[in-house]
Amino acid sequence: MAETPTRHVHFPGMDTTVLGADEIIINMGPQHPSTHGVLRVKLHLDGEKVIGSECIIGYLHRGVEKIAEHRSYQQFAPYVDRMDYVAAVSNGLGYCEAVEKLLEVEVPPRAKVVRTILTELQRIASHLLWLGTHALDIGALTPIFYCFREREEILKIFEKYCGARLTTHAFRIGGLQYEVYDGFEEDVKRFLADFDRKIDEYEALLTTNRIWVERTKGIGVLSAQDAIALGVTGPVLRASGVKWDIRKAFPYAAYDRYDFEIPVGSNGDTYDRYLVRMEEMRQSRRICLQAIEDIPSGPILGKVGKVMKPAPGEVYHSIEAPKGELGYYIVSDGTTQPYRVRIRPPSFINLQAFDTMVRGHLVADVVAIIGTIDIVLGEVDR
Amino acid sequence: MDAVVEFLKPHLLPLLWAVVIVAVLPLVAGYIVLLERKVMADIQARLGPMRVGPHGLLQPIADALKLLLKEDIIPANADKWIFWIAPLISVTAAMLALSAMPFGPVFQIADLNVGLLFIVAVSSLGIFGIVLGGWSSNSHYALLGALRSAAQVVSYEVAVGMALVSGLLLAGTLSMRKMVEAQAEQGVWFAFLVPVGFFIYLVAGIAELNRAPFDLPEAESELVAGYMTEYSGFRWALYFLGEYTAMIVVSGIGTTLFLGGWLRPFPNVAAFDFLDYLPAVLFLALTGYCFYRAPKQPVPIQKAVMGLFGVLCLGITAALGWAVTLPAEAVARAGILGAFWFLAKVFLFLYSFMWFRFTFPRYRFDQLMRLGWHFLIPVSLVNVMGVGAALVLHRQAGWPLWQGLVLGTVVTLAVAAWLILVRQRRPVAAPSAGGEV
Repeated sequence: MAETPTRHVHFPGMDTTVLGADEIIINMGPQHPSTHGVLRVKLHLDGEKVIGSECIIGYLHRGVEKIAEHRSYQQFAPYVDRMDYVAAVSNGLGYCEAVEKLLEVEVPPRAKVVRTILTELQRIASHLLWLGTHALDIGALTPIFYCFREREEILKIFEKYCGARLTTHAFRIGGLQYEVYDGFEEDVKRFLADFDRKIDEYEALLTTNRIWVERTKGIGVLSAQDAIALGVTGPVLRASGVKWDIRKAFPYAAYDRYDFEIPVGSNGDTYDRYLVRMEEMRQSRRICLQAIEDIPSGPILGKVGKVMKPAPGEVYHSIEAPKGELGYYIVSDGTTQPYRVRIRPPSFINLQAFDTMVRGHLVADVVAIIGTIDIVLGEVDR
Repeated sequence: MDAVVEFLKPHLLPLLWAVVIVAVLPLVAGYIVLLERKVMADIQARLGPMRVGPHGLLQPIADALKLLLKEDIIPANADKWIFWIAPLISVTAAMLALSAMPFGPVFQIADLNVGLLFIVAVSSLGIFGIVLGGWSSNSHYALLGALRSAAQVVSYEVAVGMALVSGLLLAGTLSMRKMVEAQAEQGVWFAFLVPVGFFIYLVAGIAELNRAPFDLPEAESELVAGYMTEYSGFRWALYFLGEYTAMIVVSGIGTTLFLGGWLRPFPNVAAFDFLDYLPAVLFLALTGYCFYRAPKQPVPIQKAVMGLFGVLCLGITAALGWAVTLPAEAVARAGILGAFWFLAKVFLFLYSFMWFRFTFPRYRFDQLMRLGWHFLIPVSLVNVMGVGAALVLHRQAGWPLWQGLVLGTVVTLAVAAWLILVRQRRPVAAPSAGGEV
């Protein structure tokens, strides 16, 4: 962490009355085009150089965890879709699997495979949205439209499957509610067939682009030690060189069946995070290709009753959401409603690394760094 | 009375041109915006404006009306008078620069003997509008945008000037008209003689215009809208008009000095005389397309508007066709065809500006400065020296001019490559240690 000059008081809890004369405070957000929602960042600038920052969050707080205590287990499932609303399927998967663990229900293999396919498609969609907005923040106006073109195909598959595009509520506790529709395999295969070429297209615009490389290399460096100390997970952690992916470490759904690589960066800068996510999209495609070829037949819903009354106890279950480790800690008191649901949102925890990453950089890099962390404020604030 | 008429006679034509420019320019700027949106849509795999008029052809007019009718807001703590006058400075400077621009051999308000100097000097006054506007808004974002803009324009002015000098040495004159005539005499556009100079002019010109990838003063993802953040309605429209006029000015200078101004390709080669028919044929095709599409529009009013545009194109076709039938030495022929070629080349410039904007990410401010001071300015200096040396060798030692210029270009490129290598060797941020867990 860069040392601030002694004349300036340290963050956080800074006393703003004794600021140096050459400092300006800029308030970025909550209404700002590139804070990805309602994040508010107080930036202390020396000229254009950032000497301190403070993230102010909570503008989107809905008390999701508290709501859970007054809903039955099934009733709460749609709420989790509203946290990371660009990756609703992943949220749902994490919650359903946590409750299944609590209920000790076995999910049929067919449901597991379909869940894996949908979740990986969701990862691609989430990364596409990230890529588009991140490039837009750095000033490349075009990639976002290409990204949305492909994301649209994924959302169409979701819509055909469960009727919703964004807040899907695609899974049910114990398996799936719906059988896949006729033509699901063909739709997914058609999308995957030329998606590799589409990623090449984005990479042609950015990966070797001189300006893109200059804008991202060496920006927002997060060392592996810092990343681990701050609890950062997901692509941000992997770009710092730590090979940690829950899909490999604690396989869930049907991930233990498929071959895929965990891309790892080395410098922990914005460029590495970009490369890691691009490669993750290719790996997600690879998983989907393997899964779609071989969907087992059989039932789609395990043995769960209409009324879910798990035995008193607690469970923690986490999955690798597109943005990092998404964990659910559920405490049951033996009634139909959870006693407590604690959610470990990847965006919120990754955002804690923001100050470390941003110090010493310029204002223009701030938006690049907000983009590279890939936050969704619905998840940060819950 | 007669004396007054006699006195006014030589001023009538320039006066008419001036009125035409001031009256038509806002409309043209509006349609350049539409063009930009259409080009952007094309690059981004979508349609762009399609609702107002057929293919969005009336969108600029709707936009202008909206901006005129918007509430006029001056922030409470703004410096009212400066806030009021700043956009006017931008527009006036940009428009004034057009007064020496030769849109063809006839359509020029004044052929100053220091034409290029005048244009460069006046158009760089436009920066005052930006700085004052940003400062008077009393907003941090606007102030940062204005400061960036000032630093950027001052830096790139040097590179632009040096690139222009490399062309000027070949032309041997500052008069815009004589530059084109020099290219006609030498039978080659200067862009081919000093490609490095042309390239530097193009890059630095974009930076001077504050356009992507150098659009830091108004970088919307960082500074909201930069110096224009607090502006709205008509004042904002004035800034926009100033910006697009400045685009025409920069394109016009580039066209005149490097791309042969109003000359058609191969002006001295009789075998290429058929190119004189090209403008008329082009617009005839456009007319045909308009009439072909008119019945396919969904609403009667759109059919009518499409037809009207067809009639407009037909009128232009008629004018261009009529010009071709005139004898070669007729003033109208040269004027009309010259204007077409000039505007076509300006359009090429504008298209490339748009193309860059939608392809490249944005530079960061320090990178922009480094590019300007560490790369463009040294290279442009070497380039000017190369052109000078080529001219000396040509005049004193009797070398053919092109040999000297090729030598100069090679030396300049070598210096450029060296500068790039030096920059790459400089250490980047030290990579942090990675580890397995």
